[in-house]
Amino acid sequence: MSGAVEKVRFGFSVNKDRQIDYDANLKNVSDIVQKAEPTFNLCISCGTCASTCTAGKFTDFSLRKVILMVRRGETKGLENEITKCMLCGKCQLVCPRGVSTRNLILQIHKALKTGAL
Amino acid sequence: MNRKIAVIGGGAAGLEASSALTSLGFRVVLVEKEDETGGHIKNWHALFPNRRPGVEVLDALRSKLGSDVELFSGKTVTEIKPVNDRFELSSADGWKTEADAVLLTTGFSLFNARKKEEYGYGIYDNVITSAELESAFSTGKIAMKSGEQPKRIGFVHCVGSRDEKVGNIYCSKVCCVTAVKQAIEIKQYLPDCEVFCFYMDMRMFGRHYEELYKEAQEKYYIQFIRGRLSESTEDHTGKIILKVEDTLLGKPLKIGVDMLVLMVGMEPAEITKNLGTQLGLVSDSDRFLVSTDQHISANISEIPGLFFAGTCTGPKNIADTLADARSAALAIAGYFDNNHNKS
Amino acid sequence: MTFDIFVIPFFGGLLFLLAVLFIRFTAWLATLDKSGRKKLGHGLLNGQIFPATWEVFMESLLHRRMFKQNKLLGFMHMSFAFGWFLLIVLGNLESRIYSGGHVNPPYYPIFLKFFVHDKRTLPFELYTLPGFFRFIMDFVLLFILSGLVLALIKRVRSKWFGMKRTTQHSRFDKWAITSLWLIFPLRLLAESFTAGAYQGGGFLTNTLGTFFAAFLPVEYLYYPAWWAYSTALGVFFVTLPWSRYMHIPTEVLLIYLRHFGIKTGKKPDSFSEIEIYSCPRCGVCIDVCQMNSAGRTSSTPAYFLRSLRYGNPDDEQNANCMLCGRCHEVCPVQIDTLAIRIAARYEDNKLLVPSFKYLDQFDPSDTTADILYFAGCMGHLTPAVKKAMLKILTASGERFSFMDEDGSVCCGRPLLLAGLHEAAAELIRKNTDLITRSGAKTFVTSCPICYKVFNEEYKLPGVEILHHSQYLLRLVESGKIKVNNTGITAVYHDPCELGRGSKIYNEPRWLLDRMVTINKTEQERENSLCCGGSVGDLSMNHTERNVIRDEALKVLLASEPDILVTACPLCKKTFDNGTETVVMDIAEVVSERLQPASKTELSAAVEIAG
Repeated sequence: MSGAVEKVRFGFSVNKDRQIDYDANLKNVSDIVQKAEPTFNLCISCGTCASTCTAGKFTDFSLRKVILMVRRGETKGLENEITKCMLCGKCQLVCPRGVSTRNLILQIHKALKTGAL
Repeated sequence: MNRKIAVIGGGAAGLEASSALTSLGFRVVLVEKEDETGGHIKNWHALFPNRRPGVEVLDALRSKLGSDVELFSGKTVTEIKPVNDRFELSSADGWKTEADAVLLTTGFSLFNARKKEEYGYGIYDNVITSAELESAFSTGKIAMKSGEQPKRIGFVHCVGSRDEKVGNIYCSKVCCVTAVKQAIEIKQYLPDCEVFCFYMDMRMFGRHYEELYKEAQEKYYIQFIRGRLSESTEDHTGKIILKVEDTLLGKPLKIGVDMLVLMVGMEPAEITKNLGTQLGLVSDSDRFLVSTDQHISANISEIPGLFFAGTCTGPKNIADTLADARSAALAIAGYFDNNHNKS
Repeated sequence: MTFDIFVIPFFGGLLFLLAVLFIRFTAWLATLDKSGRKKLGHGLLNGQIFPATWEVFMESLLHRRMFKQNKLLGFMHMSFAFGWFLLIVLGNLESRIYSGGHVNPPYYPIFLKFFVHDKRTLPFELYTLPGFFRFIMDFVLLFILSGLVLALIKRVRSKWFGMKRTTQHSRFDKWAITSLWLIFPLRLLAESFTAGAYQGGGFLTNTLGTFFAAFLPVEYLYYPAWWAYSTALGVFFVTLPWSRYMHIPTEVLLIYLRHFGIKTGKKPDSFSEIEIYSCPRCGVCIDVCQMNSAGRTSSTPAYFLRSLRYGNPDDEQNANCMLCGRCHEVCPVQIDTLAIRIAARYEDNKLLVPSFKYLDQFDPSDTTADILYFAGCMGHLTPAVKKAMLKILTASGERFSFMDEDGSVCCGRPLLLAGLHEAAAELIRKNTDLITRSGAKTFVTSCPICYKVFNEEYKLPGVEILHHSQYLLRLVESGKIKVNNTGITAVYHDPCELGRGSKIYNEPRWLLDRMVTINKTEQERENSLCCGGSVGDLSMNHTERNVIRDEALKVLLASEPDILVTACPLCKKTFDNGTETVVMDIAEVVSERLQPASKTELSAAVEIAG
């Protein structure tokens, strides 16, 4: 459209934007994971996995959060997070949506290692 | 000419359909497997959203039954046989009858909470179901096994509902609002008792439900925590320790309660499943019966002359069940208008 | 005459095969890891050769294990292997006799009937039993041909062999099997035609020869028939190293190395490759594999091993196995399919490095106890089992401590099953430290998954590791607790990790026998089915698992027992969601039937009863 005014960038920004920049975030990990483990899509964020988590007793590891972070493309620092899982499988037993959580963890881990650009 | 309709199940749907059918000029045979009509309502102290006594509704439904309704109680129908446009029905104890059409109002049964072993029902003393709490309300005595009054009670939503692991992926619709109702009632009986509701989603879909929710927050300071219970343990004092994630805060939460109430969901009743199998009716993966069209002909089955009403086709609240029953009566009337008036 | 040009396809093929085998075997042995090489050297010297050779005879030739699995299949394999072996040995003997004791070229005994068909030139036969070799060689050929007929029938009607499925062939397999199947009929034709032309042969070849001679110009046909026979042999030998028939020579090597104590390790190595090449793809494992129920036949061991051999199995094949061990039980070659699968997962997941540094801060206050009870992660989801164990332990009067009452560190087995053994080692270290510090002499766990890893991978000198079924039996036998029998009927389900995994079949049954009437089921002990809940599988979804569960329940509940008893929290939870029958852990059964032991308790019980 003609007459559109170009935005002026003033060149100072003190704080890093804290919002999830969904448009800018890469969704490649999410894409890989949902192909490798389709039950990734079934999570309803009830938190049962996180509350039963064996590792959750010692750390703030939450599979529910990890899944959301992957979905939103907020994968920075996630690799460190996912190493905390002991793969014990309790979460898989309690998940009301039948998410294959153990494979999901492995696939997210793998995608973060190999798929992240 | 007086057509005869057999109504199987004397709960809310069966009672309402029977009176509706008689007012449409049909003769009705109402068959109830228990000694008394009323179904689940007769065990329910008070109904949501307005907390009126269940017996009030039940009395109204029973009083509408005229002399054209022939009631057989204590009869469990085990076989329904279509024979030349009619149906032959027989019960486990050899009782038989015939009818021009059959209406299944066989309803639901409550989820067996023992199946969620990790919640501790049947293992720990003070884990009860919503139905048991309702009975406690009837007696007016809310107490722990020890006889003491609980100081903190937790309500767990979605027990046996929305849970693929127990084979029930569906929502039972009524548990959320029941939990809110019961939480309020607890506060009315025991004003000093702290009440927590653990939910996945608050499904306040009906009229006045959201208001009830608001009342629970506003008047009774009931706390709602978004997180599904994963497991409970009993400590040395008999307190039940719950593990949930406070998902909105993103932190695991450990909380001890004196009493845990499991909001058990709806499953198709045994008789619904049995008759469904016997008749070769289609049932969904949720095991409830399937109508020919969910919107347009919700009461009509694949078998001509056989109809559904109430919770045999899925979870419903009482108002919806009664509306469904009246709609079934109309569907039956329509069936005879179209097919049989020619003769 | 001791040579004709038609022997070249056979002889060339044989030389080629031997060269390939030499290179292959040398490469395998040379790349054995250090401990493997040591065991090889040791094994060669310490007399293990003899039992190994016996096993080679029993298995590679007679197919004893195959017979145990399936008589028809056993006979079929034996007729080929042992028959061919006899044909070679006897043929050599026969040719020696005919040639007056000379060492002959290797092709000579194979084609003896071509080279020696003039009866007048057989001076030595006068000294042997008249017609002995003619008879025995024909008999052995008939023996092999009977196996061939069975093989043909099996291809078309595998059901007659009690097999629902038969392995699909790869391209090399098709060449190899076609040539293999042609070898013996062609030999029969060649020998019969020759016998027809020269009035020789035994009861089979002579009869057939005479028959053919009546209407065929056998004197012109026998030479091309020998050519065809030689060519079939040549094609078979050339394709063998790339076909499944490579299992024939490799299995021999495998048997020796196994006798020397070499095993497939945690990573793929040359021994696991030998195991992979030893798979004959007989298909016995395919039918017992419950992956079929979930519609994932491509993950069954025969196909998985085939993928490993010809390249890389896809992720699904790697991940999709419950590691229940049913295949290993029936495998005629005793290939360690579980170890191979786990090693393949190691390859798949080796980039992933879980890290449990955070556990350094976990330092629970030291408790001292004689008995350490460990419910395990899954045990916390079956509180009835926990409660029962605590009740029993209290009643027994033992000094015990509940190690993971408030949760604890995972045992490490689930990580091991995913091939992540380095990460598992971290957890094992932590738990070892916790157990050692407790000073306990006995470690009791309710979870067979934990039991297996504590028993096999932990180094806890002075600490006895027990599954609770073993421990409870001991308490009952020593009189520390008393149980009664109420006469209800029960079926016992063997958890995979406890039964096949740890060979504990008897203790739970002996214990149960004191409390209930045990109904037998169609598939139990070594043959018991997996519940479908396994943490071994990484890929199956919930619905597929339910199919496996329901099939297992059908077998278990066929006798309509009052209760279904198991000894694993995971099995219990899995089954409980699939049946209305009461599912109990063995500890719960004990707890329910626990009789008051002390005097005061006893009198109290009498009072109540009175």
